Amino acid sequence: MNFYNDNKSLKFYLSHPVMDKIIKLKERDFADSDNDMMAPTDVEDAIDNYDKVLEIVGDLAANVLEANAEDVDHEGPQVVDNEIVYAKGTKKNHEILRDAGLYGMSLPRKYKGLNFPYVPYVMAAEIVSRADAGFANIWGLQDCAETIYEFASDEIKDKYLPLINEGFTCSMALTEPDAGSDLQSVRLKATFDDEHNCWRLNGVKRFITNGDADIQLVLARSEEGTTDGRGLSYFLYDRRDNAVTVRRIENKLGIKGSPTAELVFNNAPALLIGERRMGLIKYVMSLMNGARLGVGAQSVGLAEAAYHEALNYAQQREQFGKAIINFPQVYEMLGTMRAKIDATRSLLYETSRFVDLYKAYDSVSKERSLSAEERQDMKYSQRCADMMTPMLKLLASEYANQIAYDCIQVHGGSGFMKEYKCERLYRDARILSIYEGTSQLQVVAAIRFIGNGAYLKRIEEYEAMPVAEELMPLRERIMKMKESYLKIVETADKFGTSSEAYDFLARRMVEAMGHLIMSHLLLQDSNRVYETTGLQDNELSRLCKSCKIIIALGEAEIAKILTFVENFKEEDLSLYN
Amino acid sequence: MNNKEFQIVVLAKQVPDTHNVGKDAMKEDGTINRAALPAIFNPDDLKALEMALACKDALKNIMDVKVSVITMGPSRAADIVRESIFRGADNGFVVSDKRFAGSDTLATSYALSAAVKKLGHIDIVFSGRQAIDGDTAQVGPQVAEKLNIPQVTYAEELVSLTENEIVIKRRLDRGVETVKAKFPVLVTVHGNANDCRPRHAARLLTYKKACSVSEIQSTDNGLQSTDIVSLWEKKPYLKIEEWTADDINPDFDRLGLNGSPTKVKSIENVVLTSKENKKINNSESEINDLMKELITAHII
Repeated sequence: MNFYNDNKSLKFYLSHPVMDKIIKLKERDFADSDNDMMAPTDVEDAIDNYDKVLEIVGDLAANVLEANAEDVDHEGPQVVDNEIVYAKGTKKNHEILRDAGLYGMSLPRKYKGLNFPYVPYVMAAEIVSRADAGFANIWGLQDCAETIYEFASDEIKDKYLPLINEGFTCSMALTEPDAGSDLQSVRLKATFDDEHNCWRLNGVKRFITNGDADIQLVLARSEEGTTDGRGLSYFLYDRRDNAVTVRRIENKLGIKGSPTAELVFNNAPALLIGERRMGLIKYVMSLMNGARLGVGAQSVGLAEAAYHEALNYAQQREQFGKAIINFPQVYEMLGTMRAKIDATRSLLYETSRFVDLYKAYDSVSKERSLSAEERQDMKYSQRCADMMTPMLKLLASEYANQIAYDCIQVHGGSGFMKEYKCERLYRDARILSIYEGTSQLQVVAAIRFIGNGAYLKRIEEYEAMPVAEELMPLRERIMKMKESYLKIVETADKFGTSSEAYDFLARRMVEAMGHLIMSHLLLQDSNRVYETTGLQDNELSRLCKSCKIIIALGEAEIAKILTFVENFKEEDLSLYN
Repeated sequence: MNNKEFQIVVLAKQVPDTHNVGKDAMKEDGTINRAALPAIFNPDDLKALEMALACKDALKNIMDVKVSVITMGPSRAADIVRESIFRGADNGFVVSDKRFAGSDTLATSYALSAAVKKLGHIDIVFSGRQAIDGDTAQVGPQVAEKLNIPQVTYAEELVSLTENEIVIKRRLDRGVETVKAKFPVLVTVHGNANDCRPRHAARLLTYKKACSVSEIQSTDNGLQSTDIVSLWEKKPYLKIEEWTADDINPDFDRLGLNGSPTKVKSIENVVLTSKENKKINNSESEINDLMKELITAHII
């Protein structure tokens, strides 16, 4: 088994036309190819690199991580002498991915990274999540390296970034007992120690994923007397300083292999990352977007696992003399699961491409000044990344939960038993729509782009992209959906965009836009499949089927939302409140 | 750091994947249809590679350690060298010549020992216990004899290693034995030993274009020889060295068919079928009886 090779969609997105531009930027037009042993020589060579490395990820995910997942779920981590000890399988997973050189994938080569763009890195995250969504947290926290790379001083970068490849684990300590969704009220105190010329951290953090990591990024209040986000700075704590104790780890519903810790910082020495006061407003926001993209990958990977479980069961289980997959009520569930995965995966890699473009430009801009055109492209990509990220996090995590739910449903009574993997997937899925910002917070982030028309502008761009004559009827259906969407927003706008009624309807507006985006993305994918292989049945023609399912689903959902919004009156708020 | 370089050699073989045998595996005449079987890294040899790399890990902080791989076979056996380098070996050599064709274990071990000698000073030679195509387990021990060095067979675990001696746990039929050896020594590695570490991403990207001269001469692999030769000038580490019979300075009478006393008298096509079924009920006494029967028959 190989979780990369058995999923042709991944190769399909790896060869997306925009990858050409991303790779050339990321590789600086292959300037390193003569003197760096690892650097690719051209776009094709770079894609071959991604392909070969993802093959390693797919192999280890399917044959090691997946095999350990059940034991890890049962055993879980423990606290021994104020430190976290991973489950045996977790330790093995970590070691084998370290030995395969799969930590620090997106870091530049000079920091022992692979200099991979986000697209293949996110694919690796999807594949790892399909094997074990809990372990995907521990592996995926290598994202923290990206924050260090972007914002820390050269001294910190040179010291810490090469350690990532050696398997130093990371965590980001943000949440506190009284600061969850509202991080502005973080209280953990940072004071400057003049004698030792370093910062000192004192206080408590709670719900910290992989809390006992080797490298911990900590949000703390450095400006005495402040109470809001502008008094917070970002710090790096090195576990080798032995000044943080793990008070306890949580007993959770799912992702049990991923330790969630309560930490006490006892005058812990720490290094300041970037500038004071920028902790929350700049660095954490950037880190958070990366983490949300990560949850998107985790959601798609977990959903893929749930779909395979359900499909296998439905093909094997016979009732009334035939395999249950032949019953319309069952294949309706499976087809819809498949379509939701394909749609959110398409959105996942669309988002990743935008992240890649703006990050690559940002990195290039540190070496030379960008042309006016490049600056504009960077700004545009960043804006698209900012608006696609909460949409992705919202839709992918909610769909992953629906798919895990349906996976149990396909299994019937057996699915309710602990013997079947689907119950673990169902428990693991539940956190996805909660952490790194709940679905409700994603709506808060996304509604801005409904209000300012940014999503709509992107929709108009999709509409202008050419598609084959045969696919035009599908596009016309999406354009009809847009008319309903416009009516929804127009109706909600009448309450005033800062009214309670507008907030009340926000989720419905965002979801309506989500249907438009997913439909367009799958239409573009279908067109690319159609252009390369025609209409013959092949492994990718599934995307065309999913496109039609998603459009049908979107039409019905948008109609439903329109009815709700049109019938809604401001005084209805009191019915709920 | 000590100036002396610690030299480890791994003998590895490319074999047909006999664990995934389809119906085309044998030809009409009873010989193996190699074209129908994918060629893989012999499983025990991968474990030998792991033990070699573990030795390197154990010593690398006190001295320079080099792990080289030698494989004998047709030019496509360069796959073995590439795979070994992806997983951590420092370099590798393909010993390839038509004059090796038809070698039995005696001729093979002679050629391999000559190749090992060409490398000069050696501290440890590792090989897998046996290959899955021949299952003889003779080549490792014969190489040790020809090199006139001690051997430790059936190694299951590397217990400890210093610059002067190695301690190894051996897997025997009825238990384990822990032995200590000085260098040079040849070690054959048992299938119970640790699995080989995975390919390393950065090494894969660095060495994926490594190839040998005869690989670029064969026309079917799509490589452009002029491109490769200019690549070798810039990146000499991408050239996999090949040795012909002349390079290893042998007694030519001891190579290939001439050097192989083994004669195949006949080949039988054996179809294995189960002779009888026995139904055991799920009761304490019947399970006890079955266990006794299996122990008496030396099955468990």
